[in-house]
Amino acid sequence: MFIKQLTVFIENRAGRLEEVAQVLKDNDINIQSVSLADTSEYGLLRFILTDYEKAVKVLKDAGFSAKVSNVIAVKLTQKVGQLSDLLAVFSDVDVNVEYMYGLTSDDQSAFIVLKTSDQEKALEALKTAGYELFTN
Amino acid sequence: MIWNEARECMSRDEMTNLQGARLKKVVNRVYHNVEPYRKKMQEAGVEPSEITSIEDITKLPFTTKDDLRDNYPFGLFAVPLSEIVRVHASSGTTGKATVVGYTRKDIDVWAECVARCCAMAGLGRDDIIQVAYGYGLFTGGLGGHYGAEHLGATVVPMSVGNTKKLIDMMIDFGATGLMCTPSYLMHIAEVIEEMGVKDKIKLKATLNGAEPWTENMRTQIEERLGIKAHDIYGLSEIMGPGVANDCEYHAGLHVFEDYFYPEVIDPNTLEPVADGETGELVITTLTKEGIPMIRYRTKDLTSITHEVCKCGRTTARISRFKGRSDDMLIIRGVNVFPSQVEAALLTVDGITPNYQIIVDRVNHQDTLAILVEVEERFFSDEIKELENLQRKIEHAVHQGIGLNAKIKLVEPKTIERSMGKAVRVIDKRKLV
Repeated sequence: MFIKQLTVFIENRAGRLEEVAQVLKDNDINIQSVSLADTSEYGLLRFILTDYEKAVKVLKDAGFSAKVSNVIAVKLTQKVGQLSDLLAVFSDVDVNVEYMYGLTSDDQSAFIVLKTSDQEKALEALKTAGYELFTN
Repeated sequence: MIWNEARECMSRDEMTNLQGARLKKVVNRVYHNVEPYRKKMQEAGVEPSEITSIEDITKLPFTTKDDLRDNYPFGLFAVPLSEIVRVHASSGTTGKATVVGYTRKDIDVWAECVARCCAMAGLGRDDIIQVAYGYGLFTGGLGGHYGAEHLGATVVPMSVGNTKKLIDMMIDFGATGLMCTPSYLMHIAEVIEEMGVKDKIKLKATLNGAEPWTENMRTQIEERLGIKAHDIYGLSEIMGPGVANDCEYHAGLHVFEDYFYPEVIDPNTLEPVADGETGELVITTLTKEGIPMIRYRTKDLTSITHEVCKCGRTTARISRFKGRSDDMLIIRGVNVFPSQVEAALLTVDGITPNYQIIVDRVNHQDTLAILVEVEERFFSDEIKELENLQRKIEHAVHQGIGLNAKIKLVEPKTIERSMGKAVRVIDKRKLV
């Protein structure tokens, strides 16, 4: 199962990040996880949220470019070697990881959010290897 | 020194007679040899026989850059190609380049004009002149080169690029003259200072053009290098550098009126304006054979005076340029229209971007940045996709205008809008 992720484009200017957070707060949208990918001039904010449709609408109204895409969230446990084992699953099927970040579910389980070069293939490989996936 | 006193110091009556006789000839030539000119004159209801003196010039229709484009590449040539010994093309455009052709005599006239400019700057046959304009389709390099050779100087064809080598040679050869764009001269001055070799150079005078600059910049560079800097004007449609140049009094640029007839018009009413009033410069080439220009609208804003200059020359002088009557930008010597940038952006995967062109001058070098608003349609959750997009746009802009631009992706609706209309160009160079 894929989960939805919201990406917002922001310029590297003081206060822009806060404005995005403020818009989400004002509209009662909970942020379950966030990651920021930055370059010297702009950044991409990636969110796992409670209400995507609403988030896209309110952010657009506030003048931001926002886009929903599919990512995979895989459950991991606090044991040595978990990430290494996970990455081995992808390298075995020749899939490349584009980016990843952490996510904690309501029951305090830890997940890794992933975007890979071939999402379908990655998902298939994870299922075969018996990984538990997060859904939203 | 006055290179050609007989011509440059002619009485007004003599000049007017010469111009009238030459105009008559060139009008006859274009009427009989160049279809588009003949059509335009017929539409305007004017026959060559009606042109008997220089005052009659106002009866003739104007020529614009569009005429050159519409007749690309050789449609306005007035002689067979066998008579054309060289072509140049306008900078910065692809597909829409304007091509000009020169006969052997045109090349000689050009060299004569540039030699006059060099003489105005105090240079002569004993000087060593480095030509640091680009050699190629651009008229600067070869135009300067032939002129300096005609002067009898020792010419060093540097072209543009390796500044350190230019300075090393300037020192080793004892070069006394230099021709380059004003911004490149500023850069050269900086490198000379960095290298700490100011006391080793023998440079006396420079001729700088192809780019707008200020009187302030000119005097600043004179002080910095202990030289005399002169403003040379020209455009490929008319000839190239050497249409006009300022003398040691820097009281406007002397137009070589025996070859180029200058008029200043109101760009809206197209009527001539009085001496001293600002308007658009219109030039008619009086002797050109390859591609004569009849009342060519340069779009450069200036004013004109016919008063005799302190230097003794009687030729009309045009003021330092006060801007453009169209939206053309001159960036690093390259002519750029915002519409060309827009066309280039549109070649990138069908995007219809909101953009803004920002031109600035950093350390005396022109910089070009293009802000492009990131719309959802072409943005991705991956940085590398955005970087790819940036590179694609950079490539498209380079293909389109021949200049490297810094592409900056910005948030939607951040580009300044004035009365709901996006402000497409911000020129921070404060040149006028």
